[in-house]
Amino acid sequence: MAELVQEHGAQHGSTGISNAKLGMWLFLGSECLLFGGLISTYMLYRGRVGDGPTPMQIFDIPFTSVSSFVLLMSSLTMVLAVSAATKADDRSTELWLTVTALLGATFVGGQVYEFTAFYNEGLGFSTSLFASSFYVLTGFHGVHVTVGIIMLFALVAMIKRNRIPGSKSETVEMIGLYWHFVDIVWIVIFTLIYLIPV
Amino acid sequence: MTEQHAHEEHGMSNAGYVRIALILAAITALEVSTYYVDFGPLFMPALMVMMVVKFVMVVSYFMHLKFDKRVFSVMFYAGLFLAIFVYAVALSSFKFFIA
Repeated sequence: MAELVQEHGAQHGSTGISNAKLGMWLFLGSECLLFGGLISTYMLYRGRVGDGPTPMQIFDIPFTSVSSFVLLMSSLTMVLAVSAATKADDRSTELWLTVTALLGATFVGGQVYEFTAFYNEGLGFSTSLFASSFYVLTGFHGVHVTVGIIMLFALVAMIKRNRIPGSKSETVEMIGLYWHFVDIVWIVIFTLIYLIPV
Repeated sequence: MTEQHAHEEHGMSNAGYVRIALILAAITALEVSTYYVDFGPLFMPALMVMMVVKFVMVVSYFMHLKFDKRVFSVMFYAGLFLAIFVYAVALSSFKFFIA
């Protein structure tokens, strides 16, 4: 294909736009619709608590605030990893990617603790419409973070073995875009679900 | 285009990223304070503004959308606004039919 050019291993079409990046932004745009649906469902059902506990009775705002802060800081370490990758500094890239993954794992650990605490306080998955929509929304987000952590550790292993096909910095940037997206979704969830009283 | 050139195109240093992160942390602290301090009628608008500011800062600076090609912004914000529009209509129709 004559129009196709290789630039540091990254494939670009005739527009000069990276195909991988274009695909990632399209994917993130479609993810907005997925999380939009889940957030809307929660907003619709958050008052339907039945006989179960209400959001204000079970939410632990100081704990969730710390979790949110941890995830926010993981976005900083991720962008530092992208910056290091752009400078072809493999050691710093591996370090920041590992720190990002560990911060993400801390967040997921906090979510598992939170779910366990809620369950012990009587909020099962099918206790009420509020419970179901809450667990589905935050659970989906947690799965996204977990997938991100797996991708980060896999990326570190691939960089160590020099097994990344194409542009290393672009690959790190793509994983970075996904990670930041997970962070911005939590920014919305934290405000709309935790901080606004029912 | 060299990798260094590509980095410069993004237009931010590591110190710049740390500054953005500090601003985000400060806004988060302010958000959490609304849970404990009575902001009166300003509560909801203040919370919404802070959420949008954090969202836009992460997307613009950490995701480099501010420094990248415009087509990426169009793709992402098109998905975002389509989501907001579709679900705003869906939620208002629920309100309408329940009322």
